[in-house]
Amino acid sequence: MTEITYREGLNLGLRDAMEADADVIVLGEDVAAAGGAFKVTDGLLGAFGPQRVLDTPISEQAIIGAAIGAAVEGLRPVAEIMFADFAATCFDGIANELPKYRYMTGGQVSVPVVVRMANGAGGGFAAQHSQSVENWFLNVPGLKVAVPGTPADAYGLLRAAIEDPDPVLFFEHKGLYNSRGAADTLEAVPFGRAATVRQGSDLTIVASQLMRHRAIEAAEELSASGIEATVIDPRTIVPFDLEAVLSSLEATNRLVVAQECPAAGSWGASLVAQVTGAAFELLDAPPGLLSAKDTPVPYARNLELSWLPSVADIEAVCRATAAY
Amino acid sequence: MSRTGAQSPSVALPEKPLDLLRAMHEIRVFEDHVHRLFAQGMVRGSTHLCQGQEAVSVGACHALREDDSVTCTYRGHGAVLAKGASPDRAFAEILGRQGGLCNGKGGSMHLTDVAVGAMGSFAIVGAQLPIANGLALGARTRGRDRVSLCFFGDGTTNIGAFHEALNLASIWRLPVIFLCENNGYGEYTPLATTTPVEQLVDRADSYAMAKQQVDGNDVVAVFEVVSDAARRAREGAGPTFVEALTYRHKGHSRGDPAKYRPEGELESWLERDPIPAYERRLIAEGFSAQELEELTTKAREAVDDALERALSWPEPDAEALAEDVYA
Repeated sequence: MTEITYREGLNLGLRDAMEADADVIVLGEDVAAAGGAFKVTDGLLGAFGPQRVLDTPISEQAIIGAAIGAAVEGLRPVAEIMFADFAATCFDGIANELPKYRYMTGGQVSVPVVVRMANGAGGGFAAQHSQSVENWFLNVPGLKVAVPGTPADAYGLLRAAIEDPDPVLFFEHKGLYNSRGAADTLEAVPFGRAATVRQGSDLTIVASQLMRHRAIEAAEELSASGIEATVIDPRTIVPFDLEAVLSSLEATNRLVVAQECPAAGSWGASLVAQVTGAAFELLDAPPGLLSAKDTPVPYARNLELSWLPSVADIEAVCRATAAY
Repeated sequence: MSRTGAQSPSVALPEKPLDLLRAMHEIRVFEDHVHRLFAQGMVRGSTHLCQGQEAVSVGACHALREDDSVTCTYRGHGAVLAKGASPDRAFAEILGRQGGLCNGKGGSMHLTDVAVGAMGSFAIVGAQLPIANGLALGARTRGRDRVSLCFFGDGTTNIGAFHEALNLASIWRLPVIFLCENNGYGEYTPLATTTPVEQLVDRADSYAMAKQQVDGNDVVAVFEVVSDAARRAREGAGPTFVEALTYRHKGHSRGDPAKYRPEGELESWLERDPIPAYERRLIAEGFSAQELEELTTKAREAVDDALERALSWPEPDAEALAEDVYA
């Protein structure tokens, strides 16, 4: 079995996309000569040259705008916003321009931009470099949102994102860059298709990125005491594969969602609302929504550990939901 | 150049001088109609008239090639029409009709006609400047010698996106023309209250960018300056900041009576209205008054007819609501 890291999956995804399509360009802070703050774009400058791999000033509004305009002209720009939290400095570009340009011009333009951003907590980066930023954009129709959790999904979702005719926000979890996984078959992963990564008949856990891995660990613990959980990784938040969750609930009748962000306005809260509305009769227990604490992300190790849902936290919510 | 009483540089008339006059008349008449339609409750939300600034839109857009890109603000009727959008489809858009430029999805603030290079009217101050860079980058990367011209107002020079965009355009030597329409007011507030520099064109110095100030009420002068900037951009000499000094005859938006303007200011600018000023120039150059009058009448009739057509078009189909969110 061939194994690669999540970071390598992303780098390969970019390389293969750039080989396949001369219109793919990469732009962002430190992405060219330095190979990216997280080294995801390492080697691309040498391979594809400065016309296609562009270092920008520290100017997120300029980066997003350049990507939008270049996409309208026919390029396939992949913009890097180093830490996802910096999306706040170019919120207009991401929330008002990128997703609405097609709509408010009556379909005259396509804006196939991919915005790559490093997401998530757990690394001691504190309040302004650790958030799960996908939740900021759930209320903005016109965007697609990818949240890969494994090296193969990182590769496959990135290939699909770059080929997609619509704007895609592509969130990479910082805590997973060094994680390893199978890479025997690397291919585009279609959006809106969840991965069922573990089968069990007693309850369904839905989790992405770091929480997906913790959910699998929790499921193994539960299995030791006779509770078998299905674990579903949605892989894309928009579009969301609600069908995969509903069909799993037909067998399990119990839902737990684990996410590493405060609950208000989150994808998990939205999923619980949708499931409750669409399939109330399927549920034998109230859906369990496990979220991070309702505070900014703290710095100190013990505080951040307590902020993030742990394997034990997931296990506890699952036991309560199973016992209901 | 001072804000009032500026003399135009003496430059030769462009090749088709009457085209510029007709285009300015069409915009003026078009917006007279929009003004009236708004009062009649037929225009939703808000609308921002560019009356008084027509020479900037027309002089600049006529200096470009058809395949060059123009991005503009929510005060964009003039720019989009000057770039070649048809008045009937522009009216229909403002009226929220099927067949409007954006099929009724954008309205007055978002007039767009990609087919003629009117790449968008943006209603967030400053949003279009970084996008104009992208249009230039895209064209250059794909080997096309297209220029990207970006209209914006004086107030925009105080927003962050302006500075990020000028910096990036300069460092990448992008073929962009940043055209500041300085009408003296950022929404309801005079420029001096908000802006420490007296000449906005001096902002270009911070970005080592070529700059040119021009009388924005002199259509020929604007045409000249933008032609020159476009030539430089196409030759690879990078971006230019053009500041066009002008004035809006109406308030910021349709609901603004513009009571904040000092007495006599509007009147003094009306004396420098770009349309009669250009007519005087044309007559001095040998065109007959009758010729110009006929042209004016034709322009008015063409716009009146365009409105009649637009008014006959239906509202968008109900299905249009959910279309164009995704490809």
